[in-house]
Amino acid sequence: MITLRFVRFLEGRGLVFLALVAALVLLVPVCNLLVPPGSPFHVPTGMVVLLGKYLCYAMLAIGLDLVWGYCGILSLGHGAFFALGGYAMGMYLMRQIGTRGVYGHPVLPDFMVFLNWKELPWFWHGFDMFPYALLMVLLVPGLLAFVFGWLAFRSRVTGVYLSIISQALTYALLLAFFRNDMGFGGNNGLTDFKDILGFPVQAQGTRVALFVITGLALIGTFLLARMIVTSTYGKVLVAIRDAESRTRFIGYRVEYFKLVVFTLSAMIAGLAGALYVPQIGIINPSEFQPTNSIEAIVWVAVGGRGTLVGAALGAVVVNALKTVFTTGFLAPYWLFALGGLFILVTIALPRGLVGLAGDIFARFGGAGRGPTRAEAGQTP
Amino acid sequence: MRFCRLLAALAVLLCAMFLSPARAEGVDAALDRFLADSFAETEAAIGGVAQSGAPQAVAILQALGERRLFAHPASRGVFWRDAAGTAFDARTGLPAAMPGDAVVIRLNNRLRNVVQAALGTMTLLSPDPAVRLRAAESVFRSRDPAARAAIETAIAREPRGEIRRVLEEAHAAIMLADTGVPESVRIDAVRRLAETGDTEALGLLRQMLGPTAGPLRAAITQGIGAIEQRQQFRAAAQTVWFGVSLGSVLLLAAIGLAITFGVMGVINMAHGEMVMIGAYVTFLVQEALRQNAPQHLDWSLPIAIPLAFLVAGLVGVAIERGIIRFLYGRPLETLLATFGVSLVLQQAIRTWFGPTNREVSAPSYMSGAFEFLGLQITYGRLWIVVFTLVVFLGLLIVLKATPLGLQMRAVTQNRRMAAAMGIRTRFVDAMTFGLGSGIAGIAGVALSQIDNVSPNLGQSYIIDSFMVVVFGGVGNLWGTLVAAFTLGIANKVMEPFAGAVLGKILILVLLILFIQKRPRGLFALKGRAVEQ
Amino acid sequence: MNPPSSHAVTGAILYLDGVSVSFDGFRALNSLSFTLEPGEMRAVIGPNGAGKTTMMDVITGKTRPDDGDVLFRQGTIDLTRHDEAAIAELGIGRKFQKPTVFESHSVADNVLLALKGPRDPLSALFGARNRIPAARIDAVLERVRLQEHRRRLAGELSHGQKQWLEIAMLLAQDPSLLLVDEPVAGMTDAETEATAELLKDINRDHSVIVVEHDMGFVRALGCRVMCLHEGAVLAEGSIDAVASNPRVIEVYLGR
Repeated sequence: MITLRFVRFLEGRGLVFLALVAALVLLVPVCNLLVPPGSPFHVPTGMVVLLGKYLCYAMLAIGLDLVWGYCGILSLGHGAFFALGGYAMGMYLMRQIGTRGVYGHPVLPDFMVFLNWKELPWFWHGFDMFPYALLMVLLVPGLLAFVFGWLAFRSRVTGVYLSIISQALTYALLLAFFRNDMGFGGNNGLTDFKDILGFPVQAQGTRVALFVITGLALIGTFLLARMIVTSTYGKVLVAIRDAESRTRFIGYRVEYFKLVVFTLSAMIAGLAGALYVPQIGIINPSEFQPTNSIEAIVWVAVGGRGTLVGAALGAVVVNALKTVFTTGFLAPYWLFALGGLFILVTIALPRGLVGLAGDIFARFGGAGRGPTRAEAGQTP
Repeated sequence: MRFCRLLAALAVLLCAMFLSPARAEGVDAALDRFLADSFAETEAAIGGVAQSGAPQAVAILQALGERRLFAHPASRGVFWRDAAGTAFDARTGLPAAMPGDAVVIRLNNRLRNVVQAALGTMTLLSPDPAVRLRAAESVFRSRDPAARAAIETAIAREPRGEIRRVLEEAHAAIMLADTGVPESVRIDAVRRLAETGDTEALGLLRQMLGPTAGPLRAAITQGIGAIEQRQQFRAAAQTVWFGVSLGSVLLLAAIGLAITFGVMGVINMAHGEMVMIGAYVTFLVQEALRQNAPQHLDWSLPIAIPLAFLVAGLVGVAIERGIIRFLYGRPLETLLATFGVSLVLQQAIRTWFGPTNREVSAPSYMSGAFEFLGLQITYGRLWIVVFTLVVFLGLLIVLKATPLGLQMRAVTQNRRMAAAMGIRTRFVDAMTFGLGSGIAGIAGVALSQIDNVSPNLGQSYIIDSFMVVVFGGVGNLWGTLVAAFTLGIANKVMEPFAGAVLGKILILVLLILFIQKRPRGLFALKGRAVEQ
Repeated sequence: MNPPSSHAVTGAILYLDGVSVSFDGFRALNSLSFTLEPGEMRAVIGPNGAGKTTMMDVITGKTRPDDGDVLFRQGTIDLTRHDEAAIAELGIGRKFQKPTVFESHSVADNVLLALKGPRDPLSALFGARNRIPAARIDAVLERVRLQEHRRRLAGELSHGQKQWLEIAMLLAQDPSLLLVDEPVAGMTDAETEATAELLKDINRDHSVIVVEHDMGFVRALGCRVMCLHEGAVLAEGSIDAVASNPRVIEVYLGR
């Protein structure tokens, strides 16, 4: 009975998605750790890291889809929330280096010794404790999103205005984090991590464990987001997207609804960033590039906004493409491809890959499998 | 070398004119004193050389100041080397072989000042204004009472106002420093210094404040106040000018956006790339001229302006016809699609021209600077301000006084009604977008003069441009103007307190807060029509 | 929350006194004053630009008046101090001129969102909003005869059906005052007649203001009529009295 309700709650696509992620979480460690390197089923550790990265991006995409796909808020600031979560994790990892840094200072990270700082800035305190760092991973992006959203939604800054000021916010953060005296390592950022919770970050086992944790976090994020969008709350979000002032006139406080989902989505982005950093091994201000935030938008658009599976799928597909393009002779054409993708998706595929798949299913007899218009959404 | 000889000849002339021959002891006698290797003797020697009237006196003193004057006590010889290393005999002024064991004549700091003062006095009448100016400044610093007569002569003859001003200040400085003259004269000198002086006069007055008392002290205090006030004013004016200059750059970058975003409501994220295209057109025009007609290189900008307008405008029309027209009424999609366009354009430029900066040189009329009310104003910046205002006015005229402008306004106000009246709305859309893009191209021509011409050129302006348009109020060209200059000046006012980067961050944060307060900008249109 | 004391004794459910609004020099409302008694239905007519929509905007909190009092429920509530959502909560529902329903939601979900009940984010996320019995939705849909369309997307409905769905949403809100802007625009005669009956039915337990150009429909409503012109009341009374008023004929009805 409960299983049946769960299946209905997920719908077909969600179920397939969850099964896929779960399979990855189970199979990748086996194929990496237990299958010998010579076997065709062996997954090299580099691949594990790459997949982990994609899953982090998928989480970010789900967070972004909640605000853009469902609520029509085109945030160009989610890259910043992602980076802030990453920095919070990076600060924990820096504190774990201890005396193993180049300068061997027991407390100060290398770049502070290099800058001739004598003591830890106040905002670095506590980051040696993992639970505190984890709290900050959620709290810092969440708080920034809350304050920003509180100001913006209350004064009814909507549409492209909101996009532009969220981009300005990202840009301001980019400039700030490039400054050495901000205390976040300037343009080098935070790197040379040694271990996380006592496990060496470079070790194969740690990498696989991080991958598994990321997969589980993605599943959790998906279920949470699914719960939100299937509740009346999700219906109100779509109502806001389609007819904001109508939603007000039937008595909903649109600004609160937006604020809650925006803050939550920023926290998801922060968590994704925090999982990303120990796997990639570095966080620097370039993560704040406004371009990154817009790129994340295109993942969601490619996959199909207003469908959680689409958003996650889009993140993986676009980034896999990026990997293929940028590691070969095609490298100079990647930006052409990405730019073309933006144009193609907005003009020809407004409902993304999931929408396209739905149309194809519908045409060839698999009626009802694709997303309805309600999910894929109209123009916000 | 010709220059040195000229100086020497002049020195002769000078000495003949105002130095009393009785005081001259002859260059030989003076040179002998250099052999003594004592600072006191050297000082006497400097005075002697200066007053000797010998043609080589200036060269000798210059060499002394630059540690190029040598003594050879054994042969009682004094020599100098010129900058090229050739040795001359100081007694004859002719090239000569210098003994290998000749030693450099030493100076201490006080003597170095004495040399400079002597040189100053001797070069006060040089035909080269730059030399005269340096001489006057050196007298001002030395405040040598002996130079007073020379200064007075020089003042009487000086044709150029700015040098006469320095001379007069030097004269006043001498009078002020001279405790032998009546107090009323010294007070008068303070007044003259306070009238025109700057940082150095301020330093002198502060220095003189210590050993004085009574009315003179009061006058000095007053003078210090006057100079400080003037300096504050000048600093403020300088800030405003820098702000206006930055504002005009912002306006130039934003003005095309004010058309596409402000008038049409289309978010064009590729706007920055239109600017970039304009800059590359300038580069190409300059290269073509450099190869085919280098003598006309100064014409590169006048040629590039219409070309950049055309090229960027055509690209704009292509974007409108190819992409944007499918997305009218869907601003967020337009934002994304045009961002894609911006990526493609950037990469195309990177492929064709390479990722590095391309050199665009400034034509002769854009280089150099002049001083206005004590402000240093570079011609380049001045031209950009003027150019921006011309473009702005031109755009106003196009919008208000041409049939296209009328049709544009009609279409943006009521598309269906305009179509019903026979206006080809699609054509007008394309033209409007082309106009906005073309103006961005023109901006690129100007920005190529002050910024690096690279594929990233556009990226650095897009956020600022949007901020300017949103701050000024969408759909209001005058608002854009006010916003650009306000932001420009605010940025420059912030800079000294916060530093350039932090200042920019603060401005961004303030803007974000401002938009919350007035979501529709400074000069928002009100009414039912503008609400969603 | 304190209304001016002099008005505290008015018995009207809606009380407008000297309300003025101008946009860039254009006076959309020019010292508009009228009252609506509890349980009353009032039809508002007037040429384009007379200020009908602006009047609704002021009452529902979308536009803040430059001047004047807008009081609700016997003068106990000053509407100019509340925003749209608060005014909707206080019990004023509005149907727009252009039908605006949530097109990507089903008909039933449109009604679900409108139904009276808690509207805070928390109850929408996990709380009471998610446990509204289907019967309540069906009851509302039945009144506007849309029950067989309950699963369809609102965007797929015909124009007239959308109008009714919007009225259904008003009913679901159960406000004490309904503002209905051009409910029969684009409807067939039969639909128009049915709508008039529906509004009269609704008027049994709600106060209603209807803005409409269709004089036949206004006559069918059989209520007091008010003609607006240039932001003020030009004439008020029975349909026959207003329709024969020479100034109303001059500015609106034509000869």
